[in-house]
Amino acid sequence: MKKNVIEVKNLEKYYEVSGGFFSRNKDIVKAVDDISFEIPFGESLGLVGQSGCGKTTTARALCLLDPKTGGDVKFYNNETENMQNIDNLEDEELKKFRRNIQMIFQDPYESLNPRWTIKDIILEPLNIHNIGDLQDREEAVVEILKTVGLTPASNYLPRYPHELSGGQRQRVSIARTLIMKPKFVVCDEPTSMLDVSIRISIMDLMLNLAKDLEVSYLYITHDLAVARYMCNRIAVMFNGKIVEIAETEELLNNPIHPYTKRLISSIPVPDPSYDRKVYDVNYDELDAIIAKHGTDNPMVDIGNEHYISTHDVKGLI
Amino acid sequence: MSKEVLSVKNLNMHYETLSGDVHAVKDVSFSVKEGESFGLVGESGCGKTSVAMSLLQLQADNAKISSGSIQLDGVELVGMNESELRKVRWDGISIVFQGAMNAWNPVVKVGEQIREAIREHYPEKSKAENTEKIESLFKMVGLDAAVIDRFPHELSGGMKQRAIIALALSCDPKVVIADEPTTALDVVIQDQILNEIKKVQQLLGLSLIYISHDIAVIAEMTDQMAVMYAGSIVEIGPTEKVFSTPKHAYTRLLLESTPSVVGEKKKLRSLDGEPPSLINEIIGCSFSPRCPDPSSDCENPIKEMGLVEIEPGHFADNCCVDCG
Repeated sequence: MKKNVIEVKNLEKYYEVSGGFFSRNKDIVKAVDDISFEIPFGESLGLVGQSGCGKTTTARALCLLDPKTGGDVKFYNNETENMQNIDNLEDEELKKFRRNIQMIFQDPYESLNPRWTIKDIILEPLNIHNIGDLQDREEAVVEILKTVGLTPASNYLPRYPHELSGGQRQRVSIARTLIMKPKFVVCDEPTSMLDVSIRISIMDLMLNLAKDLEVSYLYITHDLAVARYMCNRIAVMFNGKIVEIAETEELLNNPIHPYTKRLISSIPVPDPSYDRKVYDVNYDELDAIIAKHGTDNPMVDIGNEHYISTHDVKGLI
Repeated sequence: MSKEVLSVKNLNMHYETLSGDVHAVKDVSFSVKEGESFGLVGESGCGKTSVAMSLLQLQADNAKISSGSIQLDGVELVGMNESELRKVRWDGISIVFQGAMNAWNPVVKVGEQIREAIREHYPEKSKAENTEKIESLFKMVGLDAAVIDRFPHELSGGMKQRAIIALALSCDPKVVIADEPTTALDVVIQDQILNEIKKVQQLLGLSLIYISHDIAVIAEMTDQMAVMYAGSIVEIGPTEKVFSTPKHAYTRLLLESTPSVVGEKKKLRSLDGEPPSLINEIIGCSFSPRCPDPSSDCENPIKEMGLVEIEPGHFADNCCVDCG
C-alpha cells in the first residue's frame, strides 16, 4: 500500500450569489462539487479541464486560501505518521501544515512583489516561520537559488523582479516555494505564460526537484500534452466535477468519457501529416445529464485503476 | 499555379532606442500565394510581430524600415504616405490582433466598431447594408447576430476573438494576418477558433499569415512556414518538408521541445540560454551560442551566412545545413 500525502474526499466549494440587494433569491454556484482523489508520496496528479471548470478553486481550497464548504481533506502529518484532517487546525498545527503545502502561481509577473528584491522575496517564508537565525536563512537562500539554476546567486539576490525574464521569475517562484521544503506543492499552470523554449526547462526543473526532494505535485493545466509530460495520473474536470481519472497513458490511450475525448481531440499535434479528428460534444446536454444524475456513487472502476463517473452519457458517445 | 499576392523582399526594420538601434527584422524575404496560409514561428522577441506590423506599417514611431520592399498585388507599400496606406490597411491587408481582450474599445458596442471600419472604406454604403454585412460575417465565425449590440465586456474571451476575426474580414481583405490569435484561450476554445479560421479561409480564398510560437498550431494551420530567430528567417519551406526534414538546429530544437498527446512519450529537449541582443551586430551564426553541437565553422566570420536551397522550395540558413 502506497502512503498518501493528501487524501481528498467529497470536496465541495459552493458560492452563494444573490440576485441583487433587494432580492431574497439566492443562487448557489457549485464551483467544486463532490470531488475525491488522493496523491501518493512522490507522485503527481494532473488536474485538467477548461477555464472556469473549478481547477483553481480546488487548489485554493486545498491550500486553505479559500475555506471549503464541505468534504474532508486529510494531510499526512510526519510527526504522528497519520493522516490528519485539515479542519480546525490550531495556530501551531496550522503553521506546520502551511509549511508542508505550498503553491506556485500561474503568472510570474504578478505573483512577485515588484518592490522587493529577489533576496527579500525568497527570505519571506523563512522569516514568517522563524526558521534559523539570519545567517542560516541567507545561506538557505543562496542554496535554493543554486537548486533552481539561478547561479551565481550573488547576481540575482539584489535584483528586482522586473530585471528578470519570465523564465527566471518563475524559477524565483519555485525557489520561494521550495525553501520551506514542502511535501506537497500545488502548481497552477506554472508554464502557461512562458515561451515554448523556456517551458521545457522549467518543467524539467520541476520534475528533477520532485525526484530529489520527494515533492508531490497537484499540477493544474488545460493542456493535456503538458500534463502528460509532468504527471503520473490525470483527473479530468468538467463543471466542478471530476468525470474521469486514470494513469496518464491509460487515460490518453483509452478515454471513456465524452468530455475527456473532446479534450484530447482538441490538442494540436506537431505533425502536419497527422489527421486530427475532432470529437464534438454538446456541453449543455452533457451538463444537464451530469446535473440530473445527482451525487450518489459517482465513480466506478473499470480496471487498471481507471475511474469514470457513472452518469448516463451513452446518448452522447 | 496560383499567383503571388504578397511578396516581401529583403525587408530590414529597426527600432531607434537610446541604447542603439535594435535590428528587429533582418533581411526577411517571403511570399504568400493566393489562398495559401503561411506560418511564422519563433520564440518571443524573435521579430514575428515586427514583421506583421511592418506589413501594415503600424509600427511604433521609433521604428524605421531601412530597406526592402513589400508588394501587395504588385503595388509597393514601402514609402507610401499615410493616406495611401489607410486605403491598403483593412482593404488589402488586415490583422487579427493577439489579445482579443485588449483590441476592443470597451465603451463602444462591438457592431459599431466593425461598422466604423467599413464606413471608413466604403462611405457610400448604407447603415442597413453594413448591418447585413456584419450579420453575415458573424454567422460565418459562429456568432449570434445579437452580439452586434453587445459591449465587449459582455462577451467571453472566445466570443471576443471570433468578433475580432469578423472585424478583420469586414472589408474583404486579400491577406489576413493572424498574430497569435489563440494564445490567451484554453485548448477547446482554441480548437474552435482554429477551425473557424480554416473554414473562413477556404470559403473566401484568403491568403493567411499565421504567427505563433506554438509549432503544433503551425503544423495544423499552414501550407508554407518560416522559422525566425533573432530577426532573421533561418528556415523556410513547405510545412511538411520543414517538419519531416528540419535542417536548421533551431528548428530541430523547436520540434523536439514540443509535447504531444499522440505517439510515444518522448524525452523533450530544452533550449538553454537566451536569444542574442539585437543591438549589436552578430558575427557568424546567430544561433551558435545556444546550439547543442556547434561546429568550429559556426563562429567563422568569413563564412557567408544566408539561406541556401536544400530541396525545391525548402531553404535553410547556410551555417546549419552541413551540421547534423
